[in-house]
Amino acid sequence: MTTNVDAIVIGGGIHGCSTTLHLCLAGLKPVLIEKDYAGRHASGVNAGGVRQLARHVPEIPLSIRSMGIWEKISDLLDDDCSFESHGQVLVAENEDELAVCRARVAELNALGFTHEELIDSAELRRLVPAVAETCPGGVVSRRDGAANPAQTTTAFRRKAEQLGAIVREGVAASNIHYSDGLWHVDAGSESFAAPVLVNAAGAWAGRIAAALGEPVPVETVAPMLMITSRVPHFIDPVVILRGRKLSFKQFKNGTVLIGGGHLATPYQDRNETVLDWKSLAISARTVFELFPVMRSATIVRAWAGIEAKMKDDIPVFGPSSRHKGLYHQFGFSLHGFQLGPGAGAVMAELVVNGGTQTRIGDLGIDRFHPSTL
Amino acid sequence: MTVAPKRGDYDVVVIGAGPAGLAAAATSAEAGLSTLLLDENAGPGGQVFRAISSTPVTNRSQLGADYWVGADLVQSLRASSAEVVHRATVWSLDRNLDIAVSIGGASAFVKAKRVILATGALERPFPIPGWTLPGVMTAGAAQTMLKSSALVPDGRTVIAGQGPLLWLLAAQILRLGGRIDRILDTTARGNYFAALPHAFAFVTSPYFTKGLSMMREVKAKVQVVSGVTELSASGDGQLASVSYVAGSKRETIPADLLLLHQGVVPNVNLAMAAGIEHRWDDLQLCWSPVLDANGNSSVAGIAIAGDGAGIGGANAAVVRGRIAARGAVDALAPAAAAKLPAMATLRTDLARAERGRVFLDTLFRPAPQFRIPQGDTIVCRCEEVTAMDVLDSVAIGATGPNQLKAYRRTGMGPCQGRLCGLTVTELMAQARGKTPQEIGYYRLRAPVKPITLAELAAVPKSESDVKAVVRG
Repeated sequence: MTTNVDAIVIGGGIHGCSTTLHLCLAGLKPVLIEKDYAGRHASGVNAGGVRQLARHVPEIPLSIRSMGIWEKISDLLDDDCSFESHGQVLVAENEDELAVCRARVAELNALGFTHEELIDSAELRRLVPAVAETCPGGVVSRRDGAANPAQTTTAFRRKAEQLGAIVREGVAASNIHYSDGLWHVDAGSESFAAPVLVNAAGAWAGRIAAALGEPVPVETVAPMLMITSRVPHFIDPVVILRGRKLSFKQFKNGTVLIGGGHLATPYQDRNETVLDWKSLAISARTVFELFPVMRSATIVRAWAGIEAKMKDDIPVFGPSSRHKGLYHQFGFSLHGFQLGPGAGAVMAELVVNGGTQTRIGDLGIDRFHPSTL
Repeated sequence: MTVAPKRGDYDVVVIGAGPAGLAAAATSAEAGLSTLLLDENAGPGGQVFRAISSTPVTNRSQLGADYWVGADLVQSLRASSAEVVHRATVWSLDRNLDIAVSIGGASAFVKAKRVILATGALERPFPIPGWTLPGVMTAGAAQTMLKSSALVPDGRTVIAGQGPLLWLLAAQILRLGGRIDRILDTTARGNYFAALPHAFAFVTSPYFTKGLSMMREVKAKVQVVSGVTELSASGDGQLASVSYVAGSKRETIPADLLLLHQGVVPNVNLAMAAGIEHRWDDLQLCWSPVLDANGNSSVAGIAIAGDGAGIGGANAAVVRGRIAARGAVDALAPAAAAKLPAMATLRTDLARAERGRVFLDTLFRPAPQFRIPQGDTIVCRCEEVTAMDVLDSVAIGATGPNQLKAYRRTGMGPCQGRLCGLTVTELMAQARGKTPQEIGYYRLRAPVKPITLAELAAVPKSESDVKAVVRG
């Protein structure tokens, strides 16, 4: 017995959940199939950065679109997602790095983007009083901030279900095929069919694309994060570094999240990661040097979420270059969380209207496979 | 004095110097394997033989003959070539058998060919109303003070709960001249009947006569109320009184100290963080690792011995330690295994040591109302989450302990779920009409015990780090 729906979304990360929700808002009846549970992997356990700052140019329009949704996230989801907007600051640790920042901001301005602002050491000190005094400045994106990733992904899933989406968790999508003008996907003992299939399966999406004849240069990675015990409030914005790998954020409850992209070893088929403590020690040393107030804080937990990283570090987003009704939304390469709300909205426009006003042309899978459609 | 391990690689690393770890390390070293024993305490013994080499309690009858068995184990260990490091907190173990250990504020990494986890047990959470008040503590904590420092309560003291350790602690407190005003026994009446079919094995086990005489000793000196079905602690910022219901009678008694205990459960944090598969044990009402007959876990090279493998008591722990070590010797130096007691002999010893356990587990299976709290009773102490908070989260979509973290941060504090994990699993299972096995447990992560940022920052640099710096 096959259930006919309007769209099948594979993957319950923030992207799959957001697309499912936006399809519902557009009046469609989608099914979301997630092999574990919504937010089980990178979407639920990432650093929660809501960041337009320091993005690759091709994804800036999508990021800006997303930011508008983040700022009204409660209206969309009936859940504040613990979103806070205290800005994100990119710190230059020396004059050379500041020169790179200056050139970057000039480049963005020339392209018409104004969200990144160059700041001097006085403004840096005002925004981040605890940073080491040797840092000469940096870049700020003032509307940026952070949210709770698991809470956010769960909220998208919950709202989608409330609006009529069918959500199947704990069953993997299998037997994916196209026949008689419909995509067919099995989920456990159930079968679904729809004219539209969205591949938002994160670290598992590359396999789906390859099985459908569209292999892409993607690898599975697991960026590590660690969190400290509560320390007195000392910083509002999220801080990232220009040179070294570090992202840094203090939550309202005082705990501090330390990330930056050092990688664990992923064991994708076991849903498991093995942490690399020698790399985490590098992050600890960076924090030790830049934020003396953190030296006596204790690390209470470290973890890593499994996700897909493209060779060119920008996502695969948009229609398939081979199959009618197939759309890809994966490979966000360690920076997909902020894009989730906007990407869902744009994907729904692609599915429903066949196009979007948001510029996403450089993100398509046709950069690897010229379209045959 | 604390010293880092002498080498970076060992044949066998044993974690925990309680009965299982002491026996495992001695056996492994006697067979000629390079053996490192890492233990968090100042001296050997674990909890059951705590302070065995240093206790100020020298009158042997006060702590009992079973306690002093530990001295022999320590002696065999010291006679062996095993390297022993105390005040060594293992904070990470992974499936590559890489171990991170904090010793005297500095962390070191060691690698093993085999790991034997002997991390023992923890006291089961006892989440009654008021259990977080100052003045309420676990019986185990009281026993630690008693063994290490000969400290016993002198204020108005109530002991509540059930299980063999509760009676042992009561007897030890009394022998050292401590004060106990009342013992509130929470053993469910129905458990006596349920345990009856297992009574024969029990009465023919060594537990029986020892247990009986200890209970007699305690009951001669303290008023014992049995059949307690409700229990709460109250006070304004400090324990002032304990209320309970026994039969149909409610009573409130003033108290300065309430010691709670309803048995022990495997300390699974390090094993789970290493990725070892665990299952819900419906008799012992806890998570136990999935092990083969030699104690080997689902992660190749890691065996588990002692109460961490499922509660079995000190005698069983010693034998399980020997079995796990023998397994390591069989794997790494088969020729040396011939000198050790045969596996069949060890298994017979284990069967003898485990005799009577099912009776104890059945008799002392804690009642639901003492495991699954209601209303505004605190479940997670680190984040101050109540039972009602958990149920509210279930109502809006939290399906298991890991999802609950997103709603309430349960298990995300420094204790990593040691004090709330079982309660959360059972509470969510009850609320969702599922089994604890279906509900699951927190995914645990290193550091299993917190370390300071400064300590992590000070670990030796790796090659890739040096390269990264050079690259600039």
